[in-house]
Amino acid sequence: MIIELAQVSRWYGNVVAVNDVTMTVGPGVTGLLGPNGAGKSTLLHMMAGFLAPSTGTATLDGTPIWRNHEIYRSIGLVPEREGVYGFLTGWQFVLSSARLHRLPSPEDAAAKALAMVEMEAAKDRRIETYSKGMRQRVKVAAALVHEPRVLLLDEPFNGMDPRQRLHLMDLVRELGAAGRTILFSSHILEEVERVAQQIEVLVAGRHAASGDFREIRRRMTDRPHLYHVRSSDDRRLAAALIADASSGAVSLGKAGLEVQAVDFRRFTWLLPRVARDAGVTVWELSPADEDLESVFSYLISGSAR
Amino acid sequence: MNSVVAGITYRAVLGRRRVLLLILLPAVLIGLAILLRAVGSTDERAAVTLMQVYAIGTMLPLLGLIAGTGTIAPEIDDGTIIHLLSKPISRPVIATTKFAVAASLLAVFAAVPTFVAGYILLRGEAGIAAGFALGSLVGGVAYAAVFLLLGVITRHAVTVGIIYAVVWENLVGGYVPGARNFSIQQWAQTFAAEISTSDFFKATVSMGFAVPAVVIVTVGAVVWAGQRLRSLSLTGDE
Repeated sequence: MIIELAQVSRWYGNVVAVNDVTMTVGPGVTGLLGPNGAGKSTLLHMMAGFLAPSTGTATLDGTPIWRNHEIYRSIGLVPEREGVYGFLTGWQFVLSSARLHRLPSPEDAAAKALAMVEMEAAKDRRIETYSKGMRQRVKVAAALVHEPRVLLLDEPFNGMDPRQRLHLMDLVRELGAAGRTILFSSHILEEVERVAQQIEVLVAGRHAASGDFREIRRRMTDRPHLYHVRSSDDRRLAAALIADASSGAVSLGKAGLEVQAVDFRRFTWLLPRVARDAGVTVWELSPADEDLESVFSYLISGSAR
Repeated sequence: MNSVVAGITYRAVLGRRRVLLLILLPAVLIGLAILLRAVGSTDERAAVTLMQVYAIGTMLPLLGLIAGTGTIAPEIDDGTIIHLLSKPISRPVIATTKFAVAASLLAVFAAVPTFVAGYILLRGEAGIAAGFALGSLVGGVAYAAVFLLLGVITRHAVTVGIIYAVVWENLVGGYVPGARNFSIQQWAQTFAAEISTSDFFKATVSMGFAVPAVVIVTVGAVVWAGQRLRSLSLTGDE
């Protein structure tokens, strides 16, 4: 099944949360990547029928999603908020989901779903006694109980311990390989890379990039990098670096050098050689803009060009 | 109506601490009736006053507020409602089920104790026990619908509900006779007066007005709540 967003925007008062996004999500695993506050949840809620687009359309196989409860026959939703009834046991929670879907044998479906997320052992405990990761898994089980062809997960790996995280990643990958349409949001590139074939990057409400992880990784690495260098002779090193095309700008300050590397690979290869040939000892080399925000903001300016 | 939704709703309301209020308020009513009986003041006037002022005038709107908003507002607040809404069940069915749960809670925690208190005081005299029980039941149904709607349309359902019950029904209704026409409490008394033959109280609103008013308000509120639930929006934490 295919989710299609066509020129979708969503604003709250004067604040634009999602800005003119056109996106198609098909079978396989798609990762929705972006920093916090980029509008990922807003976008996901519009795909899940819990928010109306201010403009544009959101459809599932051509049918409008908003105000259409029939879509939930095909959609499973794992919300980010811990929206679970604490007074129910894991078993009761997943079973209620199966019954609400009017499945022919809700008990079998619930047992199967709980087995998928490895929650059989704790299924008879109340959900309020669960850890965050266990709650997350029980929510996934409740969303999978009717074997939906579309699965939407909002920050599903948050709060999980590494083992649980790997297990859920495997599960998501398997479901995607089986031909289901899966979309999950995350602000961690490594997470998205490990699970998703297709990555959609959302920054400040805008669709900044789209592609497989190699494409996204390449676009994130092939950008001007800013380095901070301290050495035994900054001025001599600066002169040697600027002579090569891999450096766009070098500025000499009290605390050392700021080097703008235009060709990342060549620069990292070049620096030690240049330093050795010039007889300069490099004491410190650190990236000045490696945080995710600056990577993302580069993607935006890149896509705007 | 959906039995799974009803089951979860009953557990949510009765499992929370608010169930204590659901029990406490009618316990006070029955306690007062026992007390009045013990001191021998079981005349009709005292019984009617207790029924009008406490059973219908205080307990019923408060219980209505607890049951009506309690079946849906906490779930919308903490997001658990998504579990019910992300299912192929029409939203009006969910609203109707929640309304039925609230109304049934009011029958058990308001109408039945009202009858018991009346019976303790007067037995079957002048149809007071039966009359106020009916009034309480009908008023409870209307309150359930209205407060359920409040729970869906505003995050301040309890505040708005208390303002309606205290300011509009009791304060404005007490001074402005015309306002009584638009008061669930007065409609409840109309139904009570229909059965009761007591000389100590007369309804201010006619049956000809109260019956359609109760029907229109109840059906209208439940339908509106269902429609509002269809376009319930979740805003992310971002």
